[in-house]
Amino acid sequence: MISLSEYLILGALLFVISIAGIFINRKNLIVLLMCVELMLLAVNINFVAFSHFLGDINGQVFVFFILTVAAAEAAIGLAILIVLFRNRRTIDVDDLGTLKG
Amino acid sequence: MDFNASTLLLLLPEIVLLSAIAVILVLDLFLDQSKRVFTYGMSLAALVATMAAVMLGDNTSQVVMHGAYVVDAMGSVLKVALLSVGIFAFIYSRRYLSDRNLFKGEFYVLGLLAILGMMIMVSAGSFLSLYLGLELLALSLYALVAFDGDSKPGSEAAMKYFVLGALASGMLLYGISMIYGATGVLDFAGVAKVIASGQADQTVLTFGLVFVLIGIAFKFGAVPFHMWVPDVYQGAPVVVTAFLGSVPKIAAFAMAMRILAESMGGLGPEMGWQGWQGMLIILAVLSLALGNIVALVQDNIKRMLAYSTISHVGFIFLGLLAGGDKGYSAAMFYTIIYALTAVGGFGLLAILSRKGVEAENLHDLKGLNKRSPWLAAMMLLIVFSMAGVPPTVGFFAKLFILDALVNADLLWLALVAVFFSVIGAFYYLRIIKVIYFDKPESEEPIAANVDARLAISVNGLAMLYYGIFPASLLAVCQAAIAAL
Repeated sequence: MISLSEYLILGALLFVISIAGIFINRKNLIVLLMCVELMLLAVNINFVAFSHFLGDINGQVFVFFILTVAAAEAAIGLAILIVLFRNRRTIDVDDLGTLKG
Repeated sequence: MDFNASTLLLLLPEIVLLSAIAVILVLDLFLDQSKRVFTYGMSLAALVATMAAVMLGDNTSQVVMHGAYVVDAMGSVLKVALLSVGIFAFIYSRRYLSDRNLFKGEFYVLGLLAILGMMIMVSAGSFLSLYLGLELLALSLYALVAFDGDSKPGSEAAMKYFVLGALASGMLLYGISMIYGATGVLDFAGVAKVIASGQADQTVLTFGLVFVLIGIAFKFGAVPFHMWVPDVYQGAPVVVTAFLGSVPKIAAFAMAMRILAESMGGLGPEMGWQGWQGMLIILAVLSLALGNIVALVQDNIKRMLAYSTISHVGFIFLGLLAGGDKGYSAAMFYTIIYALTAVGGFGLLAILSRKGVEAENLHDLKGLNKRSPWLAAMMLLIVFSMAGVPPTVGFFAKLFILDALVNADLLWLALVAVFFSVIGAFYYLRIIKVIYFDKPESEEPIAANVDARLAISVNGLAMLYYGIFPASLLAVCQAAIAAL
């Protein structure tokens, strides 16, 4: 039987990987979008695990909403990415530095 | 708690706004570009109708929809505030957008959806409805920042806003999952009950609280989670900056109140440390310091006002951490006044921009007094209010916060706040100096529409009106907080 803490450790690991990905990644914006998705999935694991071990269904309902929002978020993120590529012909993270002061 | 049709009546403001958005979205498809003004008019009418629904509705405290939706006086006041600030932002946008061939229905539909999201946040009774409102707001704002698809800074700002906003949502959600794990419930009242009973696992709860607080700080733009603020304010079209720099602060305040005061209010001294108040002290002091000092060296007004926002967020946090009815109502007063001031400041920049000319650098304001004494006077009132010079309302907003701090035995924090406000006064006065004492670079008269002129006059004079009669608004805030 897998215990609650093991699920939570998995969730925490995925969460940390995604945050590290956002901050360390200096190359490609698409990887950044993938990290954002991974972060939401890590949270989903937490919610499902808590929901199962608490015997309460609300956490799983929350997960459905997070999945829906994540889909909408990915759509907007990719749309912005396309606008950015049209304007600058690159999606390198390092090139996002014209706004400074 | 059970569902019946009469609870729908309590949701009337949201229902009115949502139906109006659906109608505007479809009707806009059938309009020629020459009749686009009709969309603009309908959007304003939708906001006014929603405001009427809020004002006429019942605002005795009650929780409906199985704990997902709260009706109370604080919600009603904040909704009226965010709708009226939204009306100002829409009015300022019209000529700016049509000068740049951006006068499209999507701008207003996205703006209205963002306002709907904020209304849901304000009335949220559980973490789920709060999160959904927050995302509706955030997704609309990402699209708005990238509204000018051909603008390089616009698309870059949108990308940065998107990534950091998504990161903030992720942090917030992770915190919510921990709080859910510790308490087993998702509605704020339930969380407060479990915390009061002492059955919640304190370690998990504190862990969740930290992440939730980071999420809130991100949404407010408090240091050290402020990285997106200057870039987004500068990169977005100025009318979008006027919108996203003002209205969402009200919703963020509601979010902080609902999560920190209503559900986590019981966390604190008995844990042997100061709870979330201690964390807010760090955020507030850092925001005041960095915001005011970095703003000193900015030449781009949008960027300067972005750093000024960060310092104002510090003040709002000071009110929140002072706590009690006094601190909360002072923070609420400050937030509403700040939103009104900020929309006026950015709105004036939108009015000064002409076809092909963005008024966004300090020298674009040179000699404004010679070009238009009335607009210069309005800018004077707005900037004085941001700096906190009496008799404008910004002075009283700061005064109430300081008063609450002293009452809560946090005299040193009050001194820090005053110290950095004095530093901040320097860059505000720099704007005034440029407007009144420098020679104008162009003698071109300012072409502003009647509606925008009227709105900026109301907006500027409101600074003076509430400065002379601050009690009228403060009493409303106090009554709303007392009813919580």
